[in-house]
Amino acid sequence: MISLTVNHRSYEVDASPDMPLLWVLRDLLGLTGTKFGCGVAQCGACTVHLNGEAVRSCVTRVSRAAGQEVVTVEGLSANNDHPLQLAWAEFDVPQCGYCQSGQLMAAAELLRENPNPTDKDIDDAMSGNICRCGTYPRIRQAIHKAAELQRKGGANG
Amino acid sequence: MDKRFKNKMPAGKPEITRRDFIRTGAVLGGGLLIGFRVSAGGRLADGRQLGAGMAGAAGLGGGIPAEASPNAYLRIAPNNKITVVLAHAEMGQGIWTTLPMLIADELDADWKDIQVEHSPVGKDWNHTVFGIQITGGSSTTWSEFDRYRMAGATARVALVQAAAKRWGVAADTCMTANGYITAGDKKASYGELAQEAAALPKPEKVALRPASEWKYIGKGARRLDGPAKINGSAKFGMDMQMPGMLTAVVAHAPAFGGKVRSFDASKAKMVPGVKQVVQIPSGVAVIADHFWAASQGRKALEIVWDAPAVITSDTPAQVAEYQKLAATKGLPAAQKGNVETALTGASKLVEAEYVFPYLAHAPMEPLNCTVKLDKEQCEIWTGTQMPGIDQAAAAKALGFTPNQVTVNTVFLGGGFGRRATPSSDFVVEAVQIAKASGQFIKMVWTREDDMKSGYYRPAFVHKVKVGLDGSGMPIAWQHNIAGQSIMEGTLFGGMIKNGIDESSVEGISDSPYLEGIPDHYIGLHTTKSPVPVLWFRSVGNTHTAYVMETMVDELAHAAGQDPVAYRRALLKGKPRHLATLNLAAEKAGWDQPLPAGRFRGVAFHESFGSYVAQVVEISMEKGQPKVHKVTCAIDCGVAVNPDGVRAQMESCIIFAQTMALYGEITIEKGMVKQNNFYDYRIARMNEAPVIEVFIVPSTEKMGGAGEPGVPPMAPALANAVFAATGKRVYKLPFMNNSFSNA
Repeated sequence: MISLTVNHRSYEVDASPDMPLLWVLRDLLGLTGTKFGCGVAQCGACTVHLNGEAVRSCVTRVSRAAGQEVVTVEGLSANNDHPLQLAWAEFDVPQCGYCQSGQLMAAAELLRENPNPTDKDIDDAMSGNICRCGTYPRIRQAIHKAAELQRKGGANG
Repeated sequence: MDKRFKNKMPAGKPEITRRDFIRTGAVLGGGLLIGFRVSAGGRLADGRQLGAGMAGAAGLGGGIPAEASPNAYLRIAPNNKITVVLAHAEMGQGIWTTLPMLIADELDADWKDIQVEHSPVGKDWNHTVFGIQITGGSSTTWSEFDRYRMAGATARVALVQAAAKRWGVAADTCMTANGYITAGDKKASYGELAQEAAALPKPEKVALRPASEWKYIGKGARRLDGPAKINGSAKFGMDMQMPGMLTAVVAHAPAFGGKVRSFDASKAKMVPGVKQVVQIPSGVAVIADHFWAASQGRKALEIVWDAPAVITSDTPAQVAEYQKLAATKGLPAAQKGNVETALTGASKLVEAEYVFPYLAHAPMEPLNCTVKLDKEQCEIWTGTQMPGIDQAAAAKALGFTPNQVTVNTVFLGGGFGRRATPSSDFVVEAVQIAKASGQFIKMVWTREDDMKSGYYRPAFVHKVKVGLDGSGMPIAWQHNIAGQSIMEGTLFGGMIKNGIDESSVEGISDSPYLEGIPDHYIGLHTTKSPVPVLWFRSVGNTHTAYVMETMVDELAHAAGQDPVAYRRALLKGKPRHLATLNLAAEKAGWDQPLPAGRFRGVAFHESFGSYVAQVVEISMEKGQPKVHKVTCAIDCGVAVNPDGVRAQMESCIIFAQTMALYGEITIEKGMVKQNNFYDYRIARMNEAPVIEVFIVPSTEKMGGAGEPGVPPMAPALANAVFAATGKRVYKLPFMNNSFSNA
């Protein structure tokens, strides 16, 4: 049994230590907001926070998360009100929506580390996340807007 | 608004009589249900007749029923919740929002009360023109413009009648707004009146509102699928999880046409969590408690494959074969005059050969399908663009009748055509696994399965020879194309006429440029290959627009003319074409100088009933183009959801940027070389240009938005590269070309 905390809840999972965190979250814990896109850390759809750091859960063994804090998109905010989620809604960012959990989790780390990111900072932080619908221009706008909301509101970034 | 675009909106004009539409009915437990019929007029946005051939040839019993079931499109519940039932699937293009807008505008609904669901399979939800249940061809908004507005209008009339009866007042004294009806001091919500409305006779006469009264159409609304897509709760096919469900992963033949000779599953079965291993026609399936166990089990399988007898599609050999073919005259797709003679009389000849690779759709959600099979019933959950076709295919695989198969359409994590497979390949495969194993399974493809197991945009070679007159204008256009047919051998084969699959030549055979060229010949060689091919966002226009728009650019330079001015001359007398081209050129500042190191290219293309022009601004960095800005203009008629149209143009542009710069599937020994995103590159955030979209104010015939932004991007980019380097890109993708000595 492996113990881990996901979105502030404790879980014990019966999984082999090399099982990727992605499949523990999705198939054992039923948290399907985190997506499978490539399985080889190329697309970022599976991005979650491990002790606050954005990681690719498809290549992160669950053993690495043992006893640690995991946050998934379901835990990003209580009421869809993370500054990024507010901005994502304002700019109608999602299209098919499949990659957006990963985009949000990557952006959330960026905003916490850098409350006022430049376009270059956004390029650096977000280029690991593929969006086949091409929502990049709106993601960029929404990150700038979320940064502004966060600065104004001192919200829960 | 530009004075040229007078408001001559036809909407509001149709007055639909009882014969044409409606059945109302009562919801079990109260409420109002709306279904009705619209006449299937049968036209494509571009005027071509498509529906008849599609449904008829497919033998699918297509068409629109004489009367729809009452709950087909709209339900109003006593708690005021309004459920809009979508005849089309949401795959990112935004119809989860656009179709409800059509209803809300006629119904005077409160936007907050609207909820949306995908329809089941049934004739009520067949495409109003194509006659089968399909999401594709950039057709949802224009094909549903009347049907969904009528659903809203019918419900409103029924509710008003109920209110009038309840209050003993004349119907024309009742006012509707935000989900309420008022008359004097009386007020009731739609939900309160729904049951009474359902009990009344059907409304006799329902008129649609004039454009001047629209509140949503042309203005827009926030995406209704937005909230679920930003908190992880949106359910895609991949997210189906139900008690008793297992996960299946399939080992597919490494080469197209390969078959299992024998396999040893003993090691696979030792992987903890693996439950069962079964052979199916397309390979060997490993079934396990969860994906990880199934994929580990697949790795442990030992399979001996029978390679296909003949491998004919290795990329270099195929290109060579296509080049030979394209040098000869193909079957006529369009012809006028005598092109050979006219070419001999030209003042100047311009010739080129173009090579296009196979392309993978690579939607972010890998293909998957969940199947629960009992003795007499099969239930399927998947993201699909053609649920009716899938239902029929699943039934056939099981020896069932279609009504024994239920298809639940869930959100598509991208479609781009890949989830509209005439063969229903991934649905049938999942059904085969359920049948062979007796298990309730979710079949999951990995990214590698998706990349290597088909289907693809076909590879093509074009050979073009154009003769110019003394003033540099084209007088003869000879053009031969070689490549596989998408429709041949499928349910849509009946649409092939005189050997011409329109999807191979669209964008050329119907090009506005050709009309004015007295002698032209467009020929097609349809080739065969075991590599499975399929429509891919904007279909034939992905390659035809590239050839036409880079060639026209080349002609402009040969004539010593500005590329925009040259196009204007060729498009003379075509106001929609010209307005779109002019708007893009003006907004991009085409006539103004660029900063040092920046270069521009332009392209225009008409497809799916819409007109799109793009100006691309680049610089050359490390020998390859970097795209800084794309200015896009579109005339799609009435833009029902303008921000949705802008979003689709942005999406099309970045999709086409990937296609142009990196898109390439190559075949070696019958196998696909590419594996995953590390060798099938997709444009990323750091490559995304600034995109400005301008919508031509238009009241002309409506066209689509999901695809027509794709075709101009690659040629505009190529034309910018020519401006920067003096080099033309004839072989796609760009990354295989060297511009370094520029």
